Amino acid sequence: MKTTQTPAPVPAESGAPVTKEDTPPGPPPKPKKEGTVLNVFSHGVLVIWAFMVVMPLLWAVMTSFKDDRSIFSSPWSLPDTLHFDNWSRAWTEANMSDYFLNTVLVVGGSLIGTLVLGSMAAYVLARFDFPGNRFIYFLFIGGMSFPIMLALVPLFYVVNNMGLLNTIHGLILVYIAYSLPFTVFFLTAFFRTLPTSIAEAAFVDGASHSRTFFQIMLPMAKPGLISVGIFNFLGQWNQYMLPTVLNTDPDKRVLTQGLVQLAVSQGYKGDWSGLFAGLVMAMLPVLAAYIVFQRQVVQGLTAGALK
Amino acid sequence: MQHGKYRFIVGFLALPLGLYALFVVWPFIQSIYYSFTDWTGLSPEFKMVGFDNYSRMLDDEIFWKSLQHSLLFALLLPVVTISLALFFAFMINVGGRKRRNGPVVTGVRGSSFYKIVYFFPQVLSIAIVALLFAFAYNPDSGAINSILRGIGLDDVQPLWLGDPDLALWAVMAVLVWSTVGFFVVLFSAGMASIPAEMYEAALLDGAGRATTFFRVTLPLLWDTVQSGWVYMGILALGAESFAVVQIMTTGPGGPDYSTTVMVLYVYQKAFRDGQAAYATTIGVALLVVTLAFAAVVMRLGRRERLEY
Repeated sequence: MKTTQTPAPVPAESGAPVTKEDTPPGPPPKPKKEGTVLNVFSHGVLVIWAFMVVMPLLWAVMTSFKDDRSIFSSPWSLPDTLHFDNWSRAWTEANMSDYFLNTVLVVGGSLIGTLVLGSMAAYVLARFDFPGNRFIYFLFIGGMSFPIMLALVPLFYVVNNMGLLNTIHGLILVYIAYSLPFTVFFLTAFFRTLPTSIAEAAFVDGASHSRTFFQIMLPMAKPGLISVGIFNFLGQWNQYMLPTVLNTDPDKRVLTQGLVQLAVSQGYKGDWSGLFAGLVMAMLPVLAAYIVFQRQVVQGLTAGALK
Repeated sequence: MQHGKYRFIVGFLALPLGLYALFVVWPFIQSIYYSFTDWTGLSPEFKMVGFDNYSRMLDDEIFWKSLQHSLLFALLLPVVTISLALFFAFMINVGGRKRRNGPVVTGVRGSSFYKIVYFFPQVLSIAIVALLFAFAYNPDSGAINSILRGIGLDDVQPLWLGDPDLALWAVMAVLVWSTVGFFVVLFSAGMASIPAEMYEAALLDGAGRATTFFRVTLPLLWDTVQSGWVYMGILALGAESFAVVQIMTTGPGGPDYSTTVMVLYVYQKAFRDGQAAYATTIGVALLVVTLAFAAVVMRLGRRERLEY
């Protein structure tokens, strides 16, 4: 197995020149080529896909600075002048500022609620034996694979009867409820990996169960909370189906809904440049946050699937 | 750790479990019950009608179309997305030029750059992605046809979303575009944790790239691929397909119902047509399809777990 320091004996691999005396017997020149060809080929496909990902986004940014006429006549030309008025029009007249505010309120409330309630339930399920523990755990987990739309039909009337339809706090409660399955699943696994000795020591010293949880266990669970927090933040910020069904009041719209409505109404008004400005406005904060917190975001989003 | 244990358990579980039961579990149970009634959703009165909704569903041509499309989504999208992602991830992690005295298997230069860029669509809302592509597909002023004109293909100007034969594929392409990056990153992490000796051993035995991939990489990555498969299928049957079809296609549901999917049909029956009971019936069918899909993938994919 120990071949790492002798580069040459791995013919199929080497794109680097096979050098000097230690050249082994074995198929010489052709494999060398395979390495180079493969390298060129792999860069080729990777670059093409990178282009396909970036071009639509760049196109949107570019279009958001153009006037309506050039959007239609030459979709790929650069803007002649930078029409920043598109952006201010979208922000004020097209109500993007309201949509942002609503989204921040809803996501802020539901993110905190999800983390608090989710970690409480997960802690109890992970650390305490009691009749019904497994049942409750699987009840939560089951929610991950069920089609949400099935529940949304009666849920609409449940929420309506409680007077929570078209309210920010109603939406927050629903977001929390639908974020719990993954959060509980993830955090239960996380709490199980934490050592028990510290919590037991705290308990022996006279700390109550809830004090042990809030002062000892939660700080220890911070990495897990960050991962699942990022996961929920993106999921809730980008949520489209729940607000479409449960939040039909134009004044309460969140960002995704607002943009889609804008697209429908701009079809009549014809303010496409303003719409593109709104679209880019909604994309940029998330993309910027992702680039800054790249490592954490990737960890948070892939954590669940790697378990 | 006994005293006050049950009071603590109840105190901690009451709120999350109560909320979950009220907003998730209870509506699910209700919707199965409603599928046997003639509830319109508009008035509180309804009566039991037995299996009427179910027999109506079996005669509903649009239901069959939506089922067909949903099945196509659930079967084809994971295959395409995961194959592409595996391919890209393999290229990123193993396709590099070998440097002297370096490890036998290397990633391409700039691998972290590719991973960052590929992940972009994953952080964007599917609603925003759908809107963006709805414009890009515009036959006259959209980015795609304009590129085609630019490279001299003036005759090839498809209507994309307006063409009943193309619309479904155009919508599916958007879902592939938006999800491949996630799986590239996921599989890359898995591939990076495969010990280099495995590759060295395979190469010493004379294995080429393809053999290495199918005999070493894929088996060791199988658990991740399988859970990714289920995850993607559930997305393709549920929320993601709802957003893209509802936002991108006319109707919504496309010209001549050519893009309608089950989840959209549930929504339309319940909130547009005032047929809540029938909507839940289609929802139950969607539930059956989803669970069957997950069960089949888990069953077919069962292999002995490889430890390394």
